[in-house]
Order: sequence, then C-alpha cells, then structure tokens
Amino acid sequence: MEGDIVQMGAYIGAGLACTGMGGAAVGVGHVVGNFLSGALRNPSAAGGQTATMFIGIAFSEALGIFSFLVALLLMFAV
Amino acid sequence: MATETHSTEAAAEGSSLVFHPMDQFIVKPLFGDGPVGMFTITNVTLWMALSVVAILLLLVVGTSRRAIVPSRSQSIAELAYGFVYKMVEDVAGKDGLRYFPYIMTLFMFILMANMLGLIPMAFTTTSHIAVTAVMAVAVFLSVTIIGFWKNGFGFLSLFWISSAPLVLRPILAIIEIISYFVRPVSHSIRLAGNMMAGHAVIKVFAAFAALLAISPFAILAITAIYALELLVAFIQAYVFAILTCVYLKDALHPHH
Amino acid sequence: MATETHAPVSSCVDSHGGAIGMPQLCPDWMGNQIFWLVVTLVVIFFILSKIALPRIASVLAERQGTITNDIAAAEELKQKAVEAEEAYNKALADARAEAGRIIAEAKAEMQAEVDAEIAKADAEIAAKSAESEKAISEIRAGALEAVKDVAKDTAKEIVAAMGGKADARSITAAINERMKG
Repeated sequence: MEGDIVQMGAYIGAGLACTGMGGAAVGVGHVVGNFLSGALRNPSAAGGQTATMFIGIAFSEALGIFSFLVALLLMFAV
Repeated sequence: MATETHSTEAAAEGSSLVFHPMDQFIVKPLFGDGPVGMFTITNVTLWMALSVVAILLLLVVGTSRRAIVPSRSQSIAELAYGFVYKMVEDVAGKDGLRYFPYIMTLFMFILMANMLGLIPMAFTTTSHIAVTAVMAVAVFLSVTIIGFWKNGFGFLSLFWISSAPLVLRPILAIIEIISYFVRPVSHSIRLAGNMMAGHAVIKVFAAFAALLAISPFAILAITAIYALELLVAFIQAYVFAILTCVYLKDALHPHH
Repeated sequence: MATETHAPVSSCVDSHGGAIGMPQLCPDWMGNQIFWLVVTLVVIFFILSKIALPRIASVLAERQGTITNDIAAAEELKQKAVEAEEAYNKALADARAEAGRIIAEAKAEMQAEVDAEIAKADAEIAAKSAESEKAISEIRAGALEAVKDVAKDTAKEIVAAMGGKADARSITAAINERMKG
C-alpha cells in the first residue's frame, strides 16, 4: 500500500516534470523566432550569428531535457 | 522496490501495450552471458568500434585518392574538416586551432555514434550518461588546465566581471563560479538526454503501433520523429563541439 | 528476489531481460563503457591526427595552391593580352600619325606647286597687262596727236573760211591751251 502511494506520487511527479519541456519548447521557439526576425531585418549579419543561435537553442533545450530526465528518473529509477 | 514490481507487472500485463522504452539501452556482453566487467567486449564495444570504422571509411579511405577535384566521399570529408575548422577558428580564435584535432575527434565520434545509433536495433553509445560525462569532464578539466596554464591566476578574472558595478561583482562571481561548475553536467546531460529522449519516444510510439486502431498514426509519428532525430543527432554533435569551443575561448581569453 | 534465482548477469536486468530502472544509471556497466570510450577516443584521435587531418589539410592546401597558380597564370595571360592590345593600339596610332604626316607633306608640296604656278601666272599676267598698258598709252598719245592735228587743220580752215588769216603759231598755241583745259 505504501509502495503504491509512492509509485503514484512518482508518476504524478513525472507528469508534472514533463510540463517543463513545454517551457523549453517556448524558449527554443522564442530564440529561433527572434533570430529570424533579426535576420530578416539585417540578412547580411545573420550568417555570422547562426552559431550563437545554436548555442542559445542548446542552452534552453538542455533545461527541457533536464525536466524530461527528471520524469524518467521518477518513472524508472526512484 | 517500486520499479521492479512495475516492470514485472508491465511485462505480465503486456497483452496489448508493452512499454519497454529503456530496454534498448541495456549493455550486454557480445559473447556469452557472463557479467559485464571492465574489459568485457559488449555492445558498447561493438558500436564504438563501428563508429571508428565509419570515421576511418569517411576520413581515411574516402580521401585516399588525394584528388584535386574531389570525389563524393572526399568532398564530404573535406566538408566535415572545413566545418569544424571554421567553427574552431570563428569561436575559439586563431590560437584555438592548436586544439582542433581534439575537437574534431569529439565531433566526429559523437556524430558517428549518434548517426549509427539511429539504425534500427542499434545501440546508442552516446545515450549513456557515463559516456557523455567522461567526455564532458575531460573537456572541463582540460579547459580549466589550459586556462590556468595560459593565463596563470589571471584565469580567475573570468569570474570577476570588471564591467559590472562593484557592488554586484561578488554576487556575479558566485553565480559565474556555479555556472562554471555546472558546465560539465549540462554539457553531458544535454547530449545523453537528447539521445535517450529521442530513442525512448520512438520506442513508445513503436509500442503504440501494436494497437491496430492507431498503428498508422504511430508509424507516421515514428517516421516524423526519426527525421527529427536525424536532425538532432547532427545538431547535438555540433552543439557539443561548439560549446567545447566556447569553453576553450573562455580559457584562452578569460577577459570579457 | 526474482533476479537472483535466474542467475542474473547484472543487478540492473530482471529475469525477463528487461531493464530495472534506467540502464544509464546502472553502476555495473559504467566501468566497461568508460574503458571502451577512452579506447575509442584515443584510436580516433590517432587516426585523425596522424593520417586523416594532415592528409585533408595537404589536399586542401594543394588545391588552394593549384587555384592560386591558375589564377596567377590567368593574371599573367591577361597582362600579356593587355600588353598586346597596347602594342596594337600603339602601332595603330603610329600608322595614323605616319599617314597624317604623309598627307600633310603631299598637301604642302601641292600647295607649293600651286603657289609657284599662281605666282608665275600672276607675273605673266602682270607682264601682259603692262605691255597692253603701254600699247594703250601709245595709242592714246597717238590719238591725241591726231586730234591736235585735226583740230589745227580744222581751226585753220575755219579761220580761213571766216576770211581771216591765221598764222600757224597762234592757232597751235590756242589749241594747246584748249586741249589742256
């Protein structure tokens, strides 16, 4: 019984943790959208900043991956 | 343990929906059923060796003709070389080019491991945190050593942001130091997490495909996610390499 | 536990061969992975730094050299073409100048000839007109004398007819005076 409650809590927590991935999605979309609007204003400067955009995507995506990892840990490792 | 009962239950239930998204990451010995020791030849060995073979085929066999007008494989090899070379030069600067072979090694290994991992039934070595953590810690340690070796204690000015107001500087220094030490964590978990997430999601959709009603949708979704994973496999290798370059730049030029 | 009865290969795999927990976190496998990873990375590093990268770099440098040489050769050929064009233009200009000089010379010569002819003709005309002037003046003088004689005779006759006697000297004087007036 106690184990079942723990498992339920873990599953609920996993589901809640997955909402963090939505935040990462918003963040990545924001980064790329702003890059695109800037690039369309000044296309000549866009080429040099693509690497910066990817770094930004990586940073914001990593946080979403962290929340996914937390979900996985709750599902399989706790 | 809760997980044990969970997995056995799932296996026992498993008439219609069986989720084993994590089974693909199990390390198995290639020969026999013995325990996995330090030097056992496992599927990790196999797939890492295959990525070495892939790199060998692309970069050594592909360029063996040394043609002025390149063949198809040679131009891909040159493209990879030029891509990483330009990245190191742009991000880390001219003096970062000394470390170009190291970054090229990391980039090619991660790229090949990611790509080979996408072959159905393959084992993705880069989805294991142990693997990526070793690479990230190696990058972290070598970058820190390079920083102290090149700049002495001037390397610590990386944490002392002289453009900020004096009151804020100690707080910023604490934040910078924490973020500096979190680097290997995020660096390794980003790669492993991306790989694991993609493969697990594909596996979950594959389990959905067992239900007849939604199997067309599931197969369509697997195809779409597979395409996305192909992109992610490349981008994660790129991101790992470019973050290594960024850290290297911080070590070579710590003054903001 | 079920895993113990089935002679488990690892504490992370259950009796069905499924994973217990996350395989990524299984401590039994980490040593193996790290060992093979280090081996792999060292092998890749030596392949790259000993064979692949120097080879690609040399191929790229060679290609760059070839391109540079070709561009230099093309530049040289272009230079030659420009020089040839210049020489051609110069020859053309020389020929033009020569032609102009010859034309000017011929013109001058012709002009001189024409001038000489004109001068000669002028001289001839002048001579002829002087001659005819002289002839005219002679004729005029002759005519004047004749008029004088006729006037003397006529005056003598008129005077005689009028019954007077006139000596020749006074008549001549009178006529000379009239003719002068």
